[in-house]
Amino acid sequence: MSVERNTTPANKGGFGWALALVPLLLLGLVLAYLVTTGGGLRELAGPPLEKVTIQRITLPEPGVIKVEVVNDGPQAVTIPQVLVDEAYWEFSAEPSTTIPRLGRATFTIPYPWVAEEAHAVTLITRLGTTFEGEIPAAVQTPSLDAGLFWRFGLVGLYVGVVPVVLGMLWYPWMRRLGRRAMSFVLSLTVGLLVYLAVGTWLDAQEFAAELPAFWQGIPAVILVALIALGVLVATGSHRPGASGERSPLSLAYQIALGIGLHNLGEGLAIGAAFSAGEAALGTFLVLGFTLHNITEGVGIVAPIVRQNPGLKHFALLALLAGGPAILGTWIGGFAFNPVLATLFLAVGVGAILQVVWEVGRLVAKDSARLELPTLNWVNLGGFVAGVAVMYLTAFMVKF
Amino acid sequence: MRSFLPKLFSRRQVLRSLGGVASVAGAAALGLGQGSKPAPQGEAGGHSGHYMGAADPKQMGHGNNLTVGAVDHQANGFDPLRLLVDWDYGKVSTLPSGQTLREYEFVAQEKEIEIAPGVFFPAWTYNGRVPGPTIRCTEGDRIRVRFTNSSSHPHTIHFHGIHPAEMDGTPLPGNGGLVQPGQSFTYEFTAEPFGCHLYHCHSLSLKRHIHKGMYGAFVVDPKGGRPPAREFVMVMNAFDTNFDGGNEVYAVNSVAFEYARRAIPLKLGELVRIYLINVLEFDLINTFHLHANMFDYYDHGTTLEPTLRRVDTISQVQGQRGIVEFRYKFPGMYMFHPHVSEFTELGWMGHFNVVRPEDFAQALQSVGLDAAWDQKSLQGSTVPWKGGEQA
Repeated sequence: MSVERNTTPANKGGFGWALALVPLLLLGLVLAYLVTTGGGLRELAGPPLEKVTIQRITLPEPGVIKVEVVNDGPQAVTIPQVLVDEAYWEFSAEPSTTIPRLGRATFTIPYPWVAEEAHAVTLITRLGTTFEGEIPAAVQTPSLDAGLFWRFGLVGLYVGVVPVVLGMLWYPWMRRLGRRAMSFVLSLTVGLLVYLAVGTWLDAQEFAAELPAFWQGIPAVILVALIALGVLVATGSHRPGASGERSPLSLAYQIALGIGLHNLGEGLAIGAAFSAGEAALGTFLVLGFTLHNITEGVGIVAPIVRQNPGLKHFALLALLAGGPAILGTWIGGFAFNPVLATLFLAVGVGAILQVVWEVGRLVAKDSARLELPTLNWVNLGGFVAGVAVMYLTAFMVKF
Repeated sequence: MRSFLPKLFSRRQVLRSLGGVASVAGAAALGLGQGSKPAPQGEAGGHSGHYMGAADPKQMGHGNNLTVGAVDHQANGFDPLRLLVDWDYGKVSTLPSGQTLREYEFVAQEKEIEIAPGVFFPAWTYNGRVPGPTIRCTEGDRIRVRFTNSSSHPHTIHFHGIHPAEMDGTPLPGNGGLVQPGQSFTYEFTAEPFGCHLYHCHSLSLKRHIHKGMYGAFVVDPKGGRPPAREFVMVMNAFDTNFDGGNEVYAVNSVAFEYARRAIPLKLGELVRIYLINVLEFDLINTFHLHANMFDYYDHGTTLEPTLRRVDTISQVQGQRGIVEFRYKFPGMYMFHPHVSEFTELGWMGHFNVVRPEDFAQALQSVGLDAAWDQKSLQGSTVPWKGGEQA
């Protein structure tokens, strides 16, 4: 393909377009050859590999166990028998006991499970491979009703909205602070955001690790976080009018968004845990989360101490940062989906990293005005204080 | 804050009411590969696709401790009900000395067998069945077993009983040695003492060669015979389907819950004799428990007098065996199983269907058996009873 010919593209247009299809046609031929003849590789075929992942075990009512299974192996898998607690048990399978690759099936087992006691479900394949799912302590899976919906919403409110609003109430006091103290508060914000980034990252990885293999959960988290970060940085730097610098209010919104995504993940986990056993999480854990999240409010309003945006914006910021906890609790409790959970958390990582960068720049600018190096003792102290507050309050929610 | 969850769950003694690690892992609304193509049903012998139990869980009650579907005995090559009475007397002739000669052809074969509906096990077999043929002879008969190895691993046949060292069927060269793939070896010895014995492969690794299916019953009748009875051979076995050193499927004569689905017919009041053999691997003991009855037990079957009288549970260590004798006083359906609940729930459970004589033909028919089976079960012995009374 010489350069000269490309100087007259008009009369070659149709033909050139067809050229792009040549490799695809050949690829089709190669695939067809491999599928029909085996490509001379039949000898390499190993023993059949059966692999499924038990996605979810629910106890919709007394005497019934439901097991949701995904086939993430290389080929179709048949599960002819099911055991509960090392006993073969009658069951029904929807849509079939044979699950195609990437396909799903739900096994319904009429088994007299015992409340608050442990059970194990074992699936045995055609070739005798076994896959086990645990019910560490049996509790009936809550069904969607108005009362529970309201209670879950309340949990989300306590965990997300309440602490954010309370934290924001430091705003009037923060406005009286001097430059130095304000620099400390901003550094504290960076500290707590870094803590959240690390936590969100680890939570995303934990969800990712349990996904069926074909989702490639762990690399997907890294890539989604990077893309989220990239998109947010790109949209930020394209804002018209500004000299490459964010307005304080828009930075506050960015922080609220990042924290909101984090709180969504928190809500998901709490909702899922509640649906697994309501009583256990009780008030103590909710109290812990309220305390743990209170500094988030400080972080959101830190950039806007010099210009009060008005009550409406405060309300919106609080809703953006805290509201997702309510949403998360509902989703986690009633319609948990580990793929979406992983995705949200990965986006959250990117969003938080972006605000770490932005608030960090603010800190650097403030320090420059004070004619201090960016990493001075005040800033370092603020950063450490931010991390430490998050770390220590987390003692109440980590078991 | 997902990280607190697993730790929370591992501490369920403190936080009792949490449940479902997998439910926390949650449902993936993947939607991939769904609906695009209906999953194939009814393959593998026509027993997937149709399940017991109603679709409405409320109507299923608590379900049942059973496998779902049925095993294709035809494809397997053996039916556990017929195997109960399938005595192999060999090719019988008389030696110049007057001794009875029984000649057998044994072939080691690899075969995939269905041990529970839809669950297939890559077995190593004698003559394509698990357990192998039930050798039945009289004490003092000459036994000649020509053993050909058509499989890809070296095997032996090690008989229990009294015989010369070179017929012992172990890997030692002086004990017969390993029979390599494609090779043959003839085991020949005089059957003694009378009793309920077994044979099995003694190649290494021993555990694998036994639990893969290379074993069978070796019943030696006493010269004076035993009182007439309905006789069965029951080899208590199990299969480690995932090769983790523990059994997934337990049974008598290989197929989980087969006698629970198809109850063994008995006549009210008749004497029943079971040649019971434990070939379990991995588990130290197996037991036999009979419901609503007591039985006499002859450990190893090497005595004419019971070694235990009026018991309802006996235990056997690996390789132990004995004879169980009982009569039923009342008609009805009676369970038999090991009083090891784990094994029971994993497939080793069956029923005796005790009926009045006039209902016996119906009981046979309901489980697909015929008069020939009835006859085989009553006339298994190689020696007529000479002891008179004992109905």
